[in-house]
Amino acid sequence: MSTKVVRERIALTGNEAAALAMKQINPDVCAAYPITPATEIMQIFAQYVADGQVNTELVTVESEHSAMSATIGAAAAGARSMTATSSQGLALMWEMLYIASGLRLPIVMPMVNRALSAPINIHCDHSDSMGARDAGWIHIFCENGQEVYDSTIQAIRISEHPDVLLPSMVNFDGFIISHAMEPVNTLDDEDVKRFIGPYRPTYQLLDVDHPITVGAIDLTDYYFEHKRAQVEPTFGAWKIIEQVGEEFGRKFGRKYGLFEDYRLDDAEIAIVVLGSTAGTAKVVIDQLRAKGVKAGMLKLRIFRPFPHKQIAEALSGMKAVAVLDRSEGMASMGGPVFAEIRSALYDYDKRPITVNYVYGLGGRDITLAHINSVYGDLQRFAAEGKPTVDSISDLVTYLGVRE
Amino acid sequence: MPNMMEIRWHGRGGQGAKTAALLVGDAVLSQGKHMQAFPEYGPERMGAPVQSFNRISDAPITLHCHVTNPSVVVVLDPTLIGATDVTAGLPNDGIIIINTDRPASDFREKLGLENGQKVYTVDASKIARETIGRDIPNTPMLGALIRVTGMLDFDAMLEDTRHKLEKKFRSKPGVVEGNVQAIQRAAQEVKSD
Amino acid sequence: MASLKELAKKGEFLTGGHRACAGCTFPQIIRQTLAAADTPVVVGASTGCMEVTTTIFPYTAWKVPFIHSAFENVAATISGVEAAYRSLKRQGKYDKEVRFIAFGGDGGTYDIGLQSLSGAMERGHRMLYICYNNEAYMNTGIQRSSATPMGAHTTTSPTGSASTGKKQYSKDLTAILIAHNVPYVAQASPSHWNDLVTKVQKALATDGPSFINVLMPCRLGWAFDPKIAMQIARDAVNSCHWPLYEVVDGNYKVTYTPKEKMPAADFMKQLTKFRHLFQPGNEALVEGLQAEIDRRWERLQKLAAMEC
Repeated sequence: MSTKVVRERIALTGNEAAALAMKQINPDVCAAYPITPATEIMQIFAQYVADGQVNTELVTVESEHSAMSATIGAAAAGARSMTATSSQGLALMWEMLYIASGLRLPIVMPMVNRALSAPINIHCDHSDSMGARDAGWIHIFCENGQEVYDSTIQAIRISEHPDVLLPSMVNFDGFIISHAMEPVNTLDDEDVKRFIGPYRPTYQLLDVDHPITVGAIDLTDYYFEHKRAQVEPTFGAWKIIEQVGEEFGRKFGRKYGLFEDYRLDDAEIAIVVLGSTAGTAKVVIDQLRAKGVKAGMLKLRIFRPFPHKQIAEALSGMKAVAVLDRSEGMASMGGPVFAEIRSALYDYDKRPITVNYVYGLGGRDITLAHINSVYGDLQRFAAEGKPTVDSISDLVTYLGVRE
Repeated sequence: MPNMMEIRWHGRGGQGAKTAALLVGDAVLSQGKHMQAFPEYGPERMGAPVQSFNRISDAPITLHCHVTNPSVVVVLDPTLIGATDVTAGLPNDGIIIINTDRPASDFREKLGLENGQKVYTVDASKIARETIGRDIPNTPMLGALIRVTGMLDFDAMLEDTRHKLEKKFRSKPGVVEGNVQAIQRAAQEVKSD
Repeated sequence: MASLKELAKKGEFLTGGHRACAGCTFPQIIRQTLAAADTPVVVGASTGCMEVTTTIFPYTAWKVPFIHSAFENVAATISGVEAAYRSLKRQGKYDKEVRFIAFGGDGGTYDIGLQSLSGAMERGHRMLYICYNNEAYMNTGIQRSSATPMGAHTTTSPTGSASTGKKQYSKDLTAILIAHNVPYVAQASPSHWNDLVTKVQKALATDGPSFINVLMPCRLGWAFDPKIAMQIARDAVNSCHWPLYEVVDGNYKVTYTPKEKMPAADFMKQLTKFRHLFQPGNEALVEGLQAEIDRRWERLQKLAAMEC
């Protein structure tokens, strides 16, 4: 049976798309540990390994903490290394995420978004990756299987870029995308191989003739400088992400950037959303536009490093904006995306009324009706010139919950 | 959304309800349309009621919410009727197709169907046993579904399915033939009330 | 068997200038271990005394490639390095012969590191894990670990009017590794350097995982005059508190039998951590410790006599 992958349009679930991208990337080392709903990625990949279709050394570790530890060891050794996880698994490897970025290792990890316990829930929300938003990783969010495939491939180029050298997680919604089959346009094996290029590590433990120490201890005299030095490559990644996305578009016909603006140009009211909900919103926006409502959407693809300038530029002219958060951090004014967007807009003289909708926790469905109601609210706020929200906190509405 | 069809499948864990949706999705894609196929997940185990879904359209589908008003419902296991509300959300002109050895007329009253709603039955389990040799009703149901809804070119779908199966079961021509026959027979034998 | 002269010629793999305590015994363990290797090695260490005192940026004492990532996972980290090596070799992208050694303290091995050690050993990576066992969490200021002997005073098992120190006897981690069917498992001590070096050589020659548990007297946590560090190690061995043995494919062999078995009390009396046990009223504890040492030693003799 031919195992070569060619350019064609095939039906794949999000997990299959991630595994296929990994197959074509053909990493030197992969660490695997099961967790719903990401398990399938490594199951499918393990079959590729078992059938000799990849050169990968698969390390079937005994926990997610060890998955990231082994991936770090392999990357530091000089190998292209990947793993995949979700929710509690991400939470368990939390300390290692900071270590991976602190050690400037270009690890790429498909990350299936699932709610964090307690209560335990296997369905989609963004609390897992949001809980790791300060770990120094690049966070890419995907709307559908096509984006999972494309972004996993691009992430290798982004992370390995000498001006970046930071790990990336490619986030996609648990079950909604991970287990849903949609059409995906695949690339040739050669396309992917040429696009990512061979791996040229900046440092390698296996270069035994030039021994290095990785993971030294800093006392108070050096830690701050090392962290300060991590700032430039982190925010410099915006440029690289755009360059890689543009090159991908030129070569393969699908261009990517920091975010997608959907009918945003002349919009007066808009929502900001991450992940699969953006797709549902597109249907609502088209319906509203047909009725003459100037509705639009900023679908945020890159959550980290947070493109505050670029987002603020895109939104400052709006009359009213609703930020949709699929996590509630029990932390501050509304969800994490909302807080950061408000902060980004703070310095602008012209800035929209900005409100927050927390939705979809634990996989709660978000419907066309829900999104319509959000735009309805925005129209009202725009007309009245102020947010008149009826909710627990002034600016936050919990959308789709039984109060 | 013009031309968007939504299908809900009812089965019991282990009967292939999820695979049924995937089979449809695959068939649809081969004819150049757009599709989604996805299961509903929970802690169900073998034998528990499960559902899966399809969306089919001529235009790209970006919706990611649940299917709440499927225009077509397919019931793979008739024992679910009564245990599960299989007609939930079915519109006034919706269609329900049931795998059963009983005639379609038995179900109109039982399900409390409206005049405009259509019910079809086919003994997919029997067909599967006789053609494929196992009681896995999803392949024959695919044939019944396509015939009843006319959503795809039937012959093209059949050829495409044969082609796909031949690639997968190169060494087992019997399996290929069995599946193709299953689809054809179900398409012939499916009847309304 | 190795000659001191030959070993000395191999050069220095750990430079001076690191910040270990005067009288610490892990520098000797490192030097003996690295001198025993006859290929280049990559070394990992868990967070702990060893890592913290040898890698203070911008300095490092290690003249071999070295990685530290976190506390509980040196086994997982080194297993990743070894997997990278296997992968790159298999793909023809790398052609050197390299061996992999992970060092973990008893805290990072017996306790928090047990999971990742178990996983790495079970998966069969070709790596040597050396536990430098100073019988407590020393880096954080002497807290009890499951390797701490019964009756020892530590800051989390202190003596007091209602306590005589640690309640439990030490966990037998070496037995756990033997139960993993690791092809080469051993106990060693820096005081018996030839035995240790020979064991490291055997371990590195094993085509699979290997584990050596090395007693590491700590002048601060055990409390003794730094001058007598090696003598303390020797007494630990001669009292059979720390037997030297190896298990090769399940077959036990005692590699050193003391000519005269030292009473446990004579070993323990020298250490401040046991001082309270010699106060009147605590005789039963000393007896208990002697009995446990005897039980484990006799059991070891029986296992060594068996054909496995």
